[in-house]
Amino acid sequence: MTERKQSALSLGEKIRRQEIRVKEAVDAAYQKISESEPQIHAFLTLTEEYAYRRAEEVQKGIQEGRYTGPLAGVPIAVKDNICTAGIRTTCASKMLGDFVPPYSATAFSLLEEAGAILVGKTNMDEFAMGSTTETSAFGVTRNPHNPEHVPGGSSGGSCAAVAAGETFLAVGSDTGGSIRQPSSYCGVTGLKPTYGTVSRSGLIAYASSLDQIGPIGTNIADCAAMLEILAKQDAADSTSMDRSDLVGITQAAARADESLKGFRVGIPQEYLSSQIQPQVRDAVEAAAKALAERGAEVEIFSLSMTDYVIPTYYLIACAEASSNLERFDGVKYGYRAAAYKGLHEMYKKSRSEGFGEEVKRRIMLGTFVLSSGYYDAYYLKALRAKALLKKEFDEAFAKYDILIGPAAPTTAPKIGTSLQDPILMYLSDIYTVAVNLAGLPGLSMPWGKDENGLPVGIQLIGDCFQERKLFRAAACLEEDRPSAKNTVSEKSACDGIGR
Amino acid sequence: MAEKLSMDTIQDIAILAKLELSEEEAKKAKQEMQKMLDYVEKLNELDTGSVEPMSHIFSVSNVFREDVVTGTDMRDAILSSAPHQKDGQYEVPKTIGEA
Amino acid sequence: MGKQYETVIGLEVHIELSTKTKIFCGCATTFGKGANTQICPVCAGMPGALPVLNRQVVRYALAMGLALNCHVNQLCKFDRKNYFYPDNPQNYQISQLYLPICQDGYLEIPAGAGTKKVRIHELHMEEDAGKLIHDEWADCSLADFNRSGVPLIEIVSEPDMRSADEVIAYLEQLRKIAQYLGISDCRLQEGSMRADVNLSVREVGSSVFGTRTEMKNLNSFKAIMHAIEGERERQIELLEEGKAIIQETRRWDDNKESSRSMRSKEDAKDYRYFPDPDLPPVHIPDAWITELREKQPEFAEHRASRYQAEFGLSESDARQITEYKNLADIFEKTVKLSGNARKTANWLTGETFRLAREKGIALESVSIIPKDFLTFLGEVENGNLNNQAAKKVFEAMLLEGCEPLAYMQEHQLKTVRDTGLLEKTVQDVLAQNPKAVEEFSQGKEKVFGFLVGNVMRQMRGKAAPDEVGKMLREKLAELAK
Repeated sequence: MTERKQSALSLGEKIRRQEIRVKEAVDAAYQKISESEPQIHAFLTLTEEYAYRRAEEVQKGIQEGRYTGPLAGVPIAVKDNICTAGIRTTCASKMLGDFVPPYSATAFSLLEEAGAILVGKTNMDEFAMGSTTETSAFGVTRNPHNPEHVPGGSSGGSCAAVAAGETFLAVGSDTGGSIRQPSSYCGVTGLKPTYGTVSRSGLIAYASSLDQIGPIGTNIADCAAMLEILAKQDAADSTSMDRSDLVGITQAAARADESLKGFRVGIPQEYLSSQIQPQVRDAVEAAAKALAERGAEVEIFSLSMTDYVIPTYYLIACAEASSNLERFDGVKYGYRAAAYKGLHEMYKKSRSEGFGEEVKRRIMLGTFVLSSGYYDAYYLKALRAKALLKKEFDEAFAKYDILIGPAAPTTAPKIGTSLQDPILMYLSDIYTVAVNLAGLPGLSMPWGKDENGLPVGIQLIGDCFQERKLFRAAACLEEDRPSAKNTVSEKSACDGIGR
Repeated sequence: MAEKLSMDTIQDIAILAKLELSEEEAKKAKQEMQKMLDYVEKLNELDTGSVEPMSHIFSVSNVFREDVVTGTDMRDAILSSAPHQKDGQYEVPKTIGEA
Repeated sequence: MGKQYETVIGLEVHIELSTKTKIFCGCATTFGKGANTQICPVCAGMPGALPVLNRQVVRYALAMGLALNCHVNQLCKFDRKNYFYPDNPQNYQISQLYLPICQDGYLEIPAGAGTKKVRIHELHMEEDAGKLIHDEWADCSLADFNRSGVPLIEIVSEPDMRSADEVIAYLEQLRKIAQYLGISDCRLQEGSMRADVNLSVREVGSSVFGTRTEMKNLNSFKAIMHAIEGERERQIELLEEGKAIIQETRRWDDNKESSRSMRSKEDAKDYRYFPDPDLPPVHIPDAWITELREKQPEFAEHRASRYQAEFGLSESDARQITEYKNLADIFEKTVKLSGNARKTANWLTGETFRLAREKGIALESVSIIPKDFLTFLGEVENGNLNNQAAKKVFEAMLLEGCEPLAYMQEHQLKTVRDTGLLEKTVQDVLAQNPKAVEEFSQGKEKVFGFLVGNVMRQMRGKAAPDEVGKMLREKLAELAK
C-alpha cells in the first residue's frame, strides 16, 4: 500500500474519527487558497459563507452519524460550468457573469449529500472551449508548477487548485480532454468516466453527446472515492446510466495488485508519433514497461482512425455547441446589451458582447456545418467517421483490457503561445478527443517531470463501463512511477493540522 | 477541394447564429473558417459510404418519465435571473412588426 | 374570358395533448394559470437543464397515428429545430424531422354525398412554445413560458384539399378523432388545436402545383375560411398580372382580415435540424401497437350509425349527438338508465345546442350527470315539469350542474296537481272572459289558446298544460250545454 498522508481520503478519515474538525479543514483550505490565489488564480468565486455554514452542518451530521461517507467534511472545488444553487455559476463568460442558478447540478447535489464542502468555483476556458484556460473572460489561471505556463484546459482551474494544494479534490468536466489534458499539465490525476456515468443535469452544456463530469485529485483512490459518489443514474438526464457496478470502487482502487498476469495492454502506434515531446513518449513507454514487469502483456497496434479524430471532434462539438449556446440570448438570464434597436439587434449585440472570441468562432463553425446544403457533407460525415472510430475501438478492446498513451503531446505550453493559431491548438487534443467520441473512460496521471520541471502525464483508456480495469492498472502505476511524491505541491491544505 | 466561403455566406451564418460581426471580424472569421474547412476535408479520405451516422454512442432507448406532476411554482426563483422582467414575465423588445 | 383556377391546400395541424404534465418535464399543463407559475429549469431553458420524455405523449401520438391509418416508425428520434424567438426559451424546439413517429396515413372526410381520402404525410411529436403578449404602452413584449413544453402532435397532410369546405371537414374530422381518443380537447379558441394552411393555385387541368405560401396564426374556423379565400384571390391576382408568387410564410391578422409576409433578412429560415443528443431514440414496442389498436374507441361515424340502428334516431340527430364525444357519452349513459332514446336525444340536440350557441359555451365542455338527466326526464315524463319549467331546469343542470329535484324545489317549479285549485282558476278565468267564451262557442278555436295562457299565468306557470286544456274543455262543454 502506498502511504497517503496527504489525500482527501486520509483527511476524510481524520474528520470522521474527529481528529480534525470540518471547520479546521475548511480553514486550512482557505489559508492555502489565500496564499496561492494571487499567483495561480484557480478560483472565480470563493464560497466562504456557504462553506462555513456547511462545515457546521456536516460536523454535526458526522457526530450524529448522518454523514458516514469517506468525503464527509472534505473541502472540494467545482468547475464553474456546474450549476450550484444560489452560488454564482459563470462558465468563465461575461455572458453569465452574474448568473446565480436556481437549482443545483445533480453531481453537485450528490457531493453535498456526501458531505463534501464546496470552497469555491474554479476558472475554466469560456464555456469549456479551449485547452489552456486562457479563453476565460476573467483572467488566466497559472500552472502551479511554473506560473509562466498554462494549466491546460478547459478544467484548468480545478486542476491547478488541486496541484497547488488548495483542495485535495476537484470536479471537472471533459468534452474533448478537458479533465485529462490539464491534469497532465498540472501533475494531478483526473478521470473522464464512461459517457452516461455521471449525470449531466445542471452541467452547462458545451457538446451534449461528449460532455462528462469527472473527478480530479492527487491520487487514484481519491478520484475513485469521488467517482463512487458521482456515479448515480439520474432521472433528470435521459443519457445517464446505471453504474451500480462501481460500488466499492474506492476500496478496489486503494490497493495495487501484485500481479497483472493476463492483463492485456495495447499502445496505439499513432500515440507514439515523432511529433510527441520525447519526455512524454518516454513516460508512456516507461509506464508500459512497468505494467509489463507486473506480468501484463503489452503490445503496439495501429489505431488508424487517429488521424481523423480532430476534424470529427470539432465538427460534432461545434455543431452541438452552436445549438446549446442559443439559449444565451439576453432574455432569461445573463448578459443583455445596454443599447439596441429591436429584438434582433438585442440578440446580436448581447451575444456578440457577451461571448468571447473562441466561443464565437466555434458557434460560427457549428452553425455553418448544420446549415442547409452543408449538413450532409460535414455533420453527417463526422457522425459516420465517429461510427468508424467506435468500431475500431471495439476491435481494440476485443484484444486489450486497456490502452495506454499520452494525454497531450507536450507538457504545458507557455501562457500566450497557444491561441494565435486555433488549428494548432486543436491539434494538441489528438490523444484525448477520441475517448469522448467513443464514450470511453480515460484516466490521466502524472509520470515524472520534464527538464523544465513541468509535469508529464500519461493516459489510460478503457472500454465503456470498464473503469475498474483503469483503476487496477493505475493503482499499480501509482506505486511504480518515479518520484511519486513530488507531483503534489509540498505544502498543502492538510499540513499543520492533525499531524 | 473544400467549400470556398464567401463574405455573404459568413454574414448569413452570423445572422443565423445571432452574432454581429464587423467587416474586419467577418474577414477574420472567413479566413479562420476557411482554414478549418480545408482541414476537415481530411475526412473525405474516409470511405463512409456504407456507414450509418452515429449520433448516440449507446443503444439505449425509451428513457421515459411518467405523466405525474412534479413541478412546483418556481417563478420567482427562475425569473429573478432575467435581465428585464415585468408583471411576472420576461420583458423583450417588441416582437410584433419584427415577426 | 377568365381562366379557371383550382385551389390546392395542405394542412399542418398542431394538436395539444391533454397530458397532465409537459412533454419533457414534470410541470403541470393547466390552462389559464398565472404567467410563469408552471415553469421549471427545463421548460424555461435554464443552462444545464435536460429533457426527459413523457411516456404518455408517445402513447397519445401513437394512438392518433393508428387512428389515421399511419405506418409507425417503431424506431423514432427527436431532432432540434433551431431558430431564435423569445417564446422559445432554448431558441431551439425539440421536434421530429428525420424519423417521426408516424408516416403515410390517410383520413376520410365527408365530401359531397360521399367521402374523400386526404393523405397524411406524417405525424410527429414536439414541444409547444410559450406565449408572447404585446404591451402597447411600454412598446415591449412579455413572455410567459407556462405553455412552453406542452406536448403537441403535428399532423402534416398531403396537398389533397381543394376548398375551404374540405379543410373545415378535415379539421372537424381530426378534432372528433382526437376527442374520441381522449388525447386532446381540441379547443381552437384556447389554441389547443391550430392549423397552418399551405396554399397554392393552378389552372384547372394543370398537373403541376403552383408556388405555395404558408399561412400562420389561424385561430378559428372563420379565420381559416377567410384566409383561404383571401390567399386564393391574392395569388390569382398576382398570376393574372403576370407576377410571381413568392414561397413564403404569411401571418394572418384576424382584425384586418388579411395576411402579410413574415419575411425579413433576420428571419431567414434555416432550421439546422440535427438529432437531439440529450434524448435517446424511442423504440415503440409491438405490445403498445397491439394494445392501442385493441383499445381503439368507437369513433363518431360508427356511433352515429349504431344510434340510428339501435335507438332509432334520425340520421341528423345521430350525427349531431356524436359530433362531440361528451354529448355522445351523456346520451349513451342516460339511455342506458332511462331506455328513452328519443327524448334524451331531443333534449341534447335541441336545448343543448341552443344554449351553447346563446351562452357561448364550447360544446366539448358540456357535461350532464346521466343520473340527473334521468331524473329530469322522469319529471318531464310524469308531468311534474311543464315545458317552460323544464327548460329552466335543463339550463340549470347544464350550466351549473344543478341536481334537478333540488333545483325544482328551490325555485318551486313543480307542476301543481291540485285539481280543486285548477278547477277554481279555470272557472275564474271563464267568468272573467265572457267574450272569449262566447267566441269559442261560435267555433273560434283560436281563443282556446288565449284561455289556456290566462289559466297558466294565474297559476304562475306551475300547472300542467295538458291538464289545463282538459279542464278548460270540460268546463267549456258544460257551459255550452
